[in-house]
Amino acid sequence: MAKSSIKVRAKAKNGVVTVKALISHKMETGLRKDKKTGKVIPAHFIEAVDCEHNGAPVMNAEWGVAISKNPYLSFKFSGASGDTVKLTWKDNKGKSDSLEAKVK
Amino acid sequence: MMQRRHFLKNTMATGAIALAASSGLLVPLQVLAWNKKAFDAKDVQSAMKGSLGTELTEASDKIHIKAPDIAENGAVVPVTISSTLSDVKSITILSEKNGTPLIAKFNLKGAQAFVSTRIKMGKTSNVIAICESGGKFYSARKEVKVTIGGCGG
Repeated sequence: MAKSSIKVRAKAKNGVVTVKALISHKMETGLRKDKKTGKVIPAHFIEAVDCEHNGAPVMNAEWGVAISKNPYLSFKFSGASGDTVKLTWKDNKGKSDSLEAKVK
Repeated sequence: MMQRRHFLKNTMATGAIALAASSGLLVPLQVLAWNKKAFDAKDVQSAMKGSLGTELTEASDKIHIKAPDIAENGAVVPVTISSTLSDVKSITILSEKNGTPLIAKFNLKGAQAFVSTRIKMGKTSNVIAICESGGKFYSARKEVKVTIGGCGG
């Protein structure tokens, strides 16, 4: 199995789940130039991130090119240990990936 | 003869669709997709209008922006936004002097008013956080000094 592009850590404390996620993505702005050819590198970035808690949407993010390379994302919601968290991202070239994790 | 008639019909039909798209009649379709208009906007006002539907926000001290005073590398500026406002529906992050100011919008569906991420900043400017609560928009800003820009390069 190919390694997922997403790393998720979710922890429950006092009924609040804190999710920390890292996505590996180059987040190209479309403004940079290739140093060798002088051509502009086309934009390639994550447009949308959806987060589900036990199968129900809890947060969705719309991102622009100004999110850093290999994006980090953290958010909180009320939940408990043993719940599931699912993250899905989609980029402007139609590529996507998702990962489901259990809350610790 | 038939073929010619078909051809005319087809061109007219596609022409109508193109016209509808350009005049904005197909807006519902565009809304479902990525909000290109808002993210491509070159100034804060039009970015806010495109993303939130309004450019009027109320300054609030109930929004807390945690970001460095000085960012050495504009390509990676950690930003954390939290708010004590009740029932926050969305959190929007903008960087005032970026080529395209809108950075991200987080639509919260039950999640708490807290997001943390890393953003790119072209140069020293204000980071603006806007929270939507009870149909109103509240904003807060914080200046971040950038020594090396993170856009282009």
